[in-house]
Amino acid sequence: MNGVHDLGGMDGFGKVVPEPETEPTFHAPWEGRVLAITRAMQMAGEWNIDVGRFGIERLPPHVYLAASYYEKWFLRTENLCVERGLVTREELAAGHSSGPGRPLVGKAVGAEDISATLYRPPFGRTPTSDPLFKVGDRVRAKNMHPHSHTRLPRFARGHVGVIERIQGCHVYPDAVVAAGKEDPQWLYTVTFDSRELWGEDADPTVEVSIEAFEPYLEVI
Amino acid sequence: MAHSHNDHDHDHHDHHHEHGHHDHDHGSELSEIQRRVRALDTVLTEKGYIDPVAIDKIVEMYETRIGPHIGARVVARAWAEPAFKAALLADATKAIATLGIEQKVGDHLVAVENTPTTHNMIVCTLCSCYPWDVLGLPPVWYKSTPYRSRAVKEPRAVLADFGVTLPADIKIRVWDSTAETRFMVLPMRPSGTDGWSEERLAGLVTRDSMIGTGFAKPASEVSA
Repeated sequence: MNGVHDLGGMDGFGKVVPEPETEPTFHAPWEGRVLAITRAMQMAGEWNIDVGRFGIERLPPHVYLAASYYEKWFLRTENLCVERGLVTREELAAGHSSGPGRPLVGKAVGAEDISATLYRPPFGRTPTSDPLFKVGDRVRAKNMHPHSHTRLPRFARGHVGVIERIQGCHVYPDAVVAAGKEDPQWLYTVTFDSRELWGEDADPTVEVSIEAFEPYLEVI
Repeated sequence: MAHSHNDHDHDHHDHHHEHGHHDHDHGSELSEIQRRVRALDTVLTEKGYIDPVAIDKIVEMYETRIGPHIGARVVARAWAEPAFKAALLADATKAIATLGIEQKVGDHLVAVENTPTTHNMIVCTLCSCYPWDVLGLPPVWYKSTPYRSRAVKEPRAVLADFGVTLPADIKIRVWDSTAETRFMVLPMRPSGTDGWSEERLAGLVTRDSMIGTGFAKPASEVSA
């Protein structure tokens, strides 16, 4: 979706404010709770990373821009728990469960399972076809604007780049969210000259790459 | 979520203060976000969807087990051992697995090398993708709108916000993490560090140098 989350190239957000590297992992205890609860619900099979990301992208733009990172995580997790019929808004407002919930898709994460919540599961899949492109090919990122989830950023759409790496065949986020299936696709690193992306006044010493699934790309 | 307005209806009069709850808020006044997180935490726990002991342990694990110290160890090894460096640049996940680090690194980690002619920077314009396994959770600025919007368009100006200036003829290569590949930068080894132990070399490696918004520390900043 063409949401405010797709920030690449936007102006007006001001300077980056670096933090010392000694900063705490979480700036308040509730942030850690939100992260852990979210990881646990994901591990319990309720949603995957793509559905989770789309949950954040679907927040209203004014909420997205005003919320801190973990506030966005919280709102997403709360919304998904409600949408998926795990809890009700009434229960959340009351602060207590009003009765047993439906069974989880998977199993609740127990203290013995926690190491797995740190591990990023593999997204590579066995390919069923050869890649359409090879390293060095010039390709155009499609001019596409799906209402659902996509990982093709707007700043790249319609622009010509070069295949720099073939990253293997991966779970296709667009299909996971729109159709509930993995539909694995070849993934490429595609590199763009900054002048191709930002016009002739752009810094000619800059190159930008995206990770692009094959359906995002067309032969030129 | 702005604290000055409510996005949902709230009922403030029936406010529970559970004892023995697993957060560490002090005082009786909870902010809106604290109250809402506590409500979700409680409801999910009461329904048996989450185990409070597991949740505590997950938080602790993220605070203690992962962090830039892992990436620093990887970089130091790459500086010290050319064969490891070659393996790291070929397949970072596989190479790091040989280091015997307790926390297994996920698939498709890509290490990109800074050279005297090319400087790499990592960003995620769409969300906050970051190599958690080797750098820990991302800093606030990495997830912020200024960094995510500007890194792909004006990386030199972003570097200036970090007090970093690159010579005008150095190429800047920005990697937008738009899939499940993850990137880390292999910074350049500071001069004057010949013969240093890996442990001492690791002391030169900053988090920002592995994101590409900084350099490794000069040799003079690390004691023998």
